[in-house]
Order: sequence, then structure tokens, then C-alpha cells
Amino acid sequence: MRKIRVATVVLLGCLIALALLPLVAEKYYIQLFTKMMLMAIFAMSLDLLVGYTGLVSLGHAAFFGLAGYALAFAAPQYQAANLWLSLPLAMAGSAALALVIGALVLRTSGIYFIMVTLAFAQMVFFLFHDTKIAGGADGIYVYAKPVAAIAGWEPFSLENHTHFYFVVLLLLALVYALLRVLLASPFGRVIVGIRVNEQRMRSLGYRTFRYKLACFVLSGALAGMAGYFAAAQFGFVSPDTLGWHQSGGVLMMVILGGMGTLNGAILGAFTMMLLELGFQGLPAVGEVDIGKHWQLLMGGFIVCAVLLLPHGLLGLGRLVSPRPETGSD
Amino acid sequence: MTEAVLRTERLTKHFGGLAAVSDVSLGFFIDQIHAVIGPNGAGKTTLTNLVSGELASTSGHIYLDGEDITGLSADRISQRGVGRSYQKTNIFLPFTAFENCRLAAQSRLPSSMRFIRPALRYDNVSREALRALVEVGLEHRAQAPAATLSHGEQRQLEIAMTLATRPRILLLDEPLAGMGGEESARMVELLQKLKQAHAMLLVEHDMDAVFALADRLTVMVNGNVLESGTPEQIRASAAVQEAYLGTEDAHA
Amino acid sequence: MDANTFLIQVLNGIQYGLLLFLVASGLTLILGIMGIINLAHGSFYMVGAYLAFSLSQHFGSLWLAIAGGAVLAVAIGLLLEWLLISRLYHRDHLYQVLLTYGLILVFEELRSVVFGDDVHGVAVPALLQASIPLTDTLSYPVYRLWMSAVCVALAIGMYLLIQKTRLGMIIRAGSTNREMVQSLGINIDLLYRLVFALGVALAAFAGMIAAPVASVFPGMGNQVLIVCFVVVVIGGIGSVKGAMLAAILIGLVDTFCKVLTLEIGGVAVLPEISGMMIYVLMAVVLLARPEGLFGKRG
Repeated sequence: MRKIRVATVVLLGCLIALALLPLVAEKYYIQLFTKMMLMAIFAMSLDLLVGYTGLVSLGHAAFFGLAGYALAFAAPQYQAANLWLSLPLAMAGSAALALVIGALVLRTSGIYFIMVTLAFAQMVFFLFHDTKIAGGADGIYVYAKPVAAIAGWEPFSLENHTHFYFVVLLLLALVYALLRVLLASPFGRVIVGIRVNEQRMRSLGYRTFRYKLACFVLSGALAGMAGYFAAAQFGFVSPDTLGWHQSGGVLMMVILGGMGTLNGAILGAFTMMLLELGFQGLPAVGEVDIGKHWQLLMGGFIVCAVLLLPHGLLGLGRLVSPRPETGSD
Repeated sequence: MTEAVLRTERLTKHFGGLAAVSDVSLGFFIDQIHAVIGPNGAGKTTLTNLVSGELASTSGHIYLDGEDITGLSADRISQRGVGRSYQKTNIFLPFTAFENCRLAAQSRLPSSMRFIRPALRYDNVSREALRALVEVGLEHRAQAPAATLSHGEQRQLEIAMTLATRPRILLLDEPLAGMGGEESARMVELLQKLKQAHAMLLVEHDMDAVFALADRLTVMVNGNVLESGTPEQIRASAAVQEAYLGTEDAHA
Repeated sequence: MDANTFLIQVLNGIQYGLLLFLVASGLTLILGIMGIINLAHGSFYMVGAYLAFSLSQHFGSLWLAIAGGAVLAVAIGLLLEWLLISRLYHRDHLYQVLLTYGLILVFEELRSVVFGDDVHGVAVPALLQASIPLTDTLSYPVYRLWMSAVCVALAIGMYLLIQKTRLGMIIRAGSTNREMVQSLGINIDLLYRLVFALGVALAAFAGMIAAPVASVFPGMGNQVLIVCFVVVVIGGIGSVKGAMLAAILIGLVDTFCKVLTLEIGGVAVLPEISGMMIYVLMAVVLLARPEGLFGKRG
């Protein structure tokens, strides 16, 4: 009981700190944190699959990137898209893609599942890379941020970076709360049961395929939400947005933080992005520009993390006070 | 006699060239423990897997309440009232005993595509789960993670999960495996209580328990039914003496 | 498309397929025998290509470069298995994915540090520079034929290894069961190390012989890796035979989709979406046989 309260206090503390950040931080940091929170939403959506349902997807960026492209389509040239219209549309697009890909990949499991999710994401990559539908390999610009107008009234403007920040913070909190509710629901219990022992779930009478597919679609839609706002913030979408480095990166965030916890996904996203920034800022050593070759350090860091942190960053805390998984959290 | 809850008709399963189960026709009735015995490799577990839908039969039919359920998937067969327990304990180790049963009971909601209300607030489901725990005498361990239960308690939990799905027929694959004397006695008592409301297929190696419990016995050898009848008939059967019981006694 | 062009495309397709086989066979063996999913497998292909590039400049001969490169590749394989991969056998696939993903970043960035990000060409050895004329205007380079021949020779070598040796016996059993293998009196740690090194060597060798045709460039490894995943998925995990069939199939499909033109309702489909076609093929196989053409169910 005490443990849960500590976690809640820490979470609330973080939320308040994030809410106060724009008062003290410069524009650069506000935008940086906006980006980090978007990646945290993306990572949580993947955590639902990897950490809770036990489906290791290496193609999650496809849903992230597709929604970005959807925004680009919805905002042709210099016209801004309507947020209330284009956001649901983009998320529905990602969900639809997840439905199609999920129906295929969920026929496999284990190692196959990893390879097949990667391969189908690559297929989407080539769709945008090789054809002219959205600028090909060069990508496409989103010139204007979506407008949040309802019948002429505009409650906030995404062109304002502080407004953008608060919208994303709100979404982060909403998605977190939504997933917490979901995980406590009968559906949430079923997907965790599937991760622990899918065969037994079937023999108890659950049609596990349906639950996995529903989870895949929901996760795809949430990744789409993150991708939509990331495209809006960055003003640009390219095939790399849905490339496999993006998928690998977000998987790393989930696992680094500690999967199956949601908190871990957020922690992982923030840590990875700050690390990236830290590595990029390193000075040259001799002739080698370390900052430019930051991926070298990141790769080495990932290798070390796998070997040394079997339960992610949150697992470090658990070393101090072990906590059995009771299925009631 | 009343109609069988579950009936197999010339049920056959081939693995490659090997007939693991061939031409098995049996009936299972309420208030009757039907034990299936036989040496290792006789096809008892395969038969259980065929009935529960975890294996697809090569030929033959399975009828539940007179309805053909051959070829249905395991989840559908479970939904129609066939509950099974496993030879190797097959539970959700990280969850509490209660959550194991709650998940089992939850499977009887019309659908678990329910996303909002907390699972614990489905009172009927929780009540069913608790009832199943009480039935096997495990209610005092409800909040213990399944992984921390003793082997005997895990076996009990396995049965409780099956009961929480309110099955009409129980397929129990060696429920006494690895149990101590006292635990065994409790389980035997439980099974006797359960048979009043359930049809039961019992696969078991413990011959004392089998003859104490079974109302009907089927002896399988090499996938075939060697003999099927009352315990007295089986005891008296020369074929069984020769093929199975004799050697088993020699072992013991 | 006339008969000669068709012939050339068939040869190209088969040659590409055979090259894929070299990389994919190692991948599928490491998966099937060791139960390790190795994302860095494509990096070994890239390492091979860059070794061919740098060593052939150093030695002035591609032959010496290939010989030296092969030795280095085996050494890299042994070292990596000992240092990193051997720590993953009892871990979830997830961690295998991550660690080998980390390795990709390391290899790719080391490549960038040492060789820069430019595309480099590797000269075809003088001995094989000729072309076989097919018509007045069309000819086929001898080097590509040689590549195919070498791949076939290696494939036959693997076939013999798998069919005739004790190592092969275990590979055929497709066993990741340590007890079973150890009961046969085989040192499993050594077996795994050898299989991994063999896989690395095959991938690197493919990269080396491909270098004169495909040139060497950043990201080349990942491109091959993902195609090889498709090969393994279609062929079935652990099946070398399946990898061969799937690799040739994909080689041909990819090659022909790139040269054919197809319009549906006035919209250009091929070669526009030729990059997607192998994934479509994979989707079809998944629908029909989720375990792959030669895979075991489970």
C-alpha cells in the first residue's frame, strides 16, 4: 500500500513539474519536452503490446508515421487542417492499417512475429519511399499546424509553442489515465493473461486472437496520435518517420524504462531522448567527432543496458525492494 | 439411463503413421466418474486433448449434449461447458490464486471486450471466483501469488479455475499427480463431491484412487479401448489382467 | 521483353537470390539451432563489403581481400558470440532484438567513422572482367556468373555438411534442446560458437563477392537484413532448404517487378511499388502457411 502511494506522489510531482516547466523554460526546452512527451505517448502505446500483451512488435513506427502522412495529406500546400477532423481521421487511418497488418502478423508468434512486424512496416516504408504519393524519399512538409477551431472559436493555437506543449501534456496524462483504466478492465486482465499463458487463456474459453487484434489496433491508433502531433510539431514527414530505426528506438525506450509498467515507457522515452541529446553535445576526441557519431555511443549504451539492466531502469528500484507481480496493479 | 453429457464416436487421431487414439467410443454422464487408465503412451492425454479441442481429430465425432462439436476450437468447446485441468500444472503463476479464478470466471461474461469498468467491480465474476476457491478449499490462500503456492495447492487451484468456468463436464488429467497422502485424500473427497453435478473424465495413475472413485473404467492400450465397464468388470477382465493391471501390480 | 532480356533478368534474379541465400541461410541456422534472432546479421554483410573494399585496396587484389576478409569474419563471429551473444541464450527474444539492434548502431557508426558516408566502388578482378555477348547489343558479365557459381558451390557444401556430418545431424534435428544435444556427446557451447561464426562468415562472404557489383554504401546491411527476414519467414525458421527456395523466389520476383511495367486503370503500379512486392508475397505465404513453406508448426 505504501509503495503505491510513493509511486503516485512521484507521478503527481512529475506532472506538476511538467505543468510548471513553460513558466521557467525557454522556447527550445519547451519544444524539446513537447517532443519527449510525444515519444512517451508513442512508447506507452508500444508498451501496451510488448509489456502487457507480450507481442514484440518491431514495426510500430508504421502507425506513427502513417498518421503523420495523414496530416500532411489533410493540410495540402499552405492550408491548415482542422484538428478536430484530421486527428480522428489520422488515428483511424493508423488503426485501419493496424487492423490489416495485425490480422496477418497475429497468425504468427514469437520470433516470427518480430520479423513479420518488421517486414510489414518495411512494406509501408517502401510505399512512401518508392512512389510519388507523398514526395517519395524526400518526404513532405506540413507547412501549417492544424487549427483547433470549433465553429469559428479557437480555444488554443498549435502555432503557439506553449499551447502546443500543454495540449501534448494533457494528451500524455489522458493516454496514461486511459491505459490505466483499460488495464484494470476485464479487457486489460485478458491481455495480461495472454502474455502470461495464452494457451491456458484459450482453454478457459477466450478467443485470444480477437483480444490481441483489438490490442494491436488500439495500440496503432495511439501511436498514430503521437505521430500526428510529431508531424505537426516538426513540420515534416519522411519515410524515415516510419522506418525501422524509429521502431527500434521506441522499443528500446519501452524496455530501457522497464516494460509492462507504463511509467517505465515514459521514463525510457525521456531518458533515451536526453541521452541522445547528451551524446550529440559531446566534443570531438582527436579526429573523431563524437557528437556527430553519437549513434556509436547509443549502440554501446543499448548493448550494456541489455547486459546490465535486465528489468530496465525501474528494475533498479525493484532491486532495493522486490515486488511480486500480483496481477492487481 | 439419461443421455450422455459428452459422447465420443470412433474418435481417432494419427500422428504421422502412429495411431495415438483409434476408434474410441465412450459416453460420459452426470454423477459418474469415468476413469481412463492405461500405461504411458496409451493415448489418455491425447484423448483429453481431442475432447477439449486442443488437438484436431483425424476422424470420428464428439457430441456434447447430442450436438456435434467435432472440429470446434478449444475456446468454443470451453464456452460450451467442457472444462479441463492439466497434467502439468498450467496456471498463471504471477497472478494471485483469486485472480487466476477470476480470469476463469470472467470468461463466462458474454464478452470481455469491456474497457471501462474495473474488472474487480464485476461482482458476479468475483463471486464465482471465490465460490470456486471455497469449493476446493483454497479460500484462505486467495491473495497469495500462485507461484508461492505449494504443489498440492497449485493442483487445487488448477481444478478451481476449471470450476470457475461452470463446466458441465470436467476433463481431469492426473489431478493427483505428485500429491502427498493427505492432499490426495482431500482431492479424492473433492472429486466425489464434484461428480454430483458434473460428468467427469478422469485420467489417473494412482490405482487406489481410481478404484475408490470411479463408477466406470476404461482401459486403453496403444490408443485402443481394451475394456470398458464397472470397476468390478475391469477387475475381473482377463485381458486387462494380462495387459495392464498385472504388470502394474508387479511394479508396485 | 525479348528472349535475351528475359534470360538476363532470369540470371540476375537467380544470382540475387543465391546471394540472399548466403546471408539468409546463416540467419535461419542461428535462429533454428541457437534460438537467437540476430538483427546485426545484415551488418556482417556490410562488414564483408567494406572489408573487400579496404583490403582489396590494401592488397591490390580482390582474391587476397576475400581470403583475408573471410578469416577476419570468422574471428569477428567467434569474438561476438563469446563476448555478447552467449549471454543471450536464456533471455527473452526481446533482449536479443535489443542487443543486436545496438550492435547495428555500433557497426553502422563505426563504418561511418572509418570509411565516411560515401558510396565506394570495388573493381572486378581482371580475370573475370569479360562479358559473354548474347546479341549485338546485349552481353552478360562473367563476374556475375562466377558469383552464382560460387554461391551454388557453397550451397552444395552446406548441403553436404548438413546431410553427412555429425554437426549436420544436429542441425537437421533442428534442436535447441541443450540436454538432447549434450547427450550426443557434443560440446554445445562450441557448437553454438561455430554455428554463429559460420553464419557471420557466410554473410560477410556474400558482402565481399557482391561488392564489385553492388558497390559499398551506408545502410546496405539493413536493406539485406530485412529482405532476409522475408526469406526466412517464407522458407520457415531453421530450414536451409526453405531458405534456398524462398531466396530464389524473392530474387526473381524482385528482379522482374523492377523491370516490368504494369498499369492498372491508368495508374502506374509496376515498377512503382516493386519494392513492396516481396512483402506482398510474404503476406500471401503467411495467409496460407503461417509457419513458412518448410517450417515446423509451433
